[in-house]
Amino acid sequence: MWQALRTELHPQGVEVVTVALDSGGAEAAAPWIDAANPEHPSLIDAEHRLDAAVGVVNVPTGVWVDEDGVLVRPPEVAHPGTSVLRDMIAKHGIPSDGPEILRDQIIAASKIRVDPEAYGAALRDWAEKGAASPYALSPEEVVERSRPVPVEVSEAAAHFELGVALHADGELEAARRHFRVAHQLDPDNWTYKRQAWSFEDPFQGPTEHYDSDWLSEIAARGHDTYYPLPEL
Amino acid sequence: MLLRGTDTVDPAELLAQTGWELKPEGLCKADRCVPTGGAPLSAELLAEKLGMGLVTDPDHGLTALGPESGGRALIDAKLPDLELPDRHGRPFSLRSLRGTRFVMVAWASW
Repeated sequence: MWQALRTELHPQGVEVVTVALDSGGAEAAAPWIDAANPEHPSLIDAEHRLDAAVGVVNVPTGVWVDEDGVLVRPPEVAHPGTSVLRDMIAKHGIPSDGPEILRDQIIAASKIRVDPEAYGAALRDWAEKGAASPYALSPEEVVERSRPVPVEVSEAAAHFELGVALHADGELEAARRHFRVAHQLDPDNWTYKRQAWSFEDPFQGPTEHYDSDWLSEIAARGHDTYYPLPEL
Repeated sequence: MLLRGTDTVDPAELLAQTGWELKPEGLCKADRCVPTGGAPLSAELLAEKLGMGLVTDPDHGLTALGPESGGRALIDAKLPDLELPDRHGRPFSLRSLRGTRFVMVAWASW
């Protein structure tokens, strides 16, 4: 879906770069990348380095970067002008077959507030007008809008990195211990949670290893907090 | 950043992973420099001087440092010079896009 927007915006001088936050590496991300057949750089970030480097806490999250390598928008929820899930539900409805948890997740996901059209319109405006676009922010505003990092968030990043390394080494229980601490220290970071849950269950459902799961967490925290609407 | 079997930090690795550079005046990133008093570069020093979260796993000989804390995720608006692999394992430097506007989108297969 980002490839379609890339085809539209590239003639105006805007490239797309996708980064898969996938601790399973190419094995996990490559089938999706191959299916998208992208013309743009499609990278893999097994350690979720973008989380610490710029303050990503969920996916999809986008940043806009100008010709000088300066961010003109901070990390924020990013859709390419449309929501695949919403379009799918509008076309086919909620699937009546398949695993029950998948249906429940689609119903929950459909309640999450998103505004992909507004984001797409802003992106197209920037593609057309560049620095003159009202959506291109000053460096000071970009920094100010980026995520505060108390020491707990930094320690969570360290625990998560240890968890990823230990999981890759096959030390699964040790990895889980670090993932659990990362979740406690930085409860707003969904990528830490969803990555760890997905190692146990592709549907990120309840398991004996974690005290929460995607559906429970959405229900507990509220559908409005999952994707904060970008302040456009 | 991850350290295996050591708490000594390689300055080149520190720069590549975090953007912090060891200079004569101290540890520097963007327009900020933190004096180190010439102390050897170690995980403990980075935790003390930059507030990097320091976590050790002695059973597995691993140490990890989180990003600098006490401020915001972005110390300035410059995109960090990250290098990440593509699906074939070929490294790609975000710096190579200098001169081009781009939107960078984090996603996941999970």
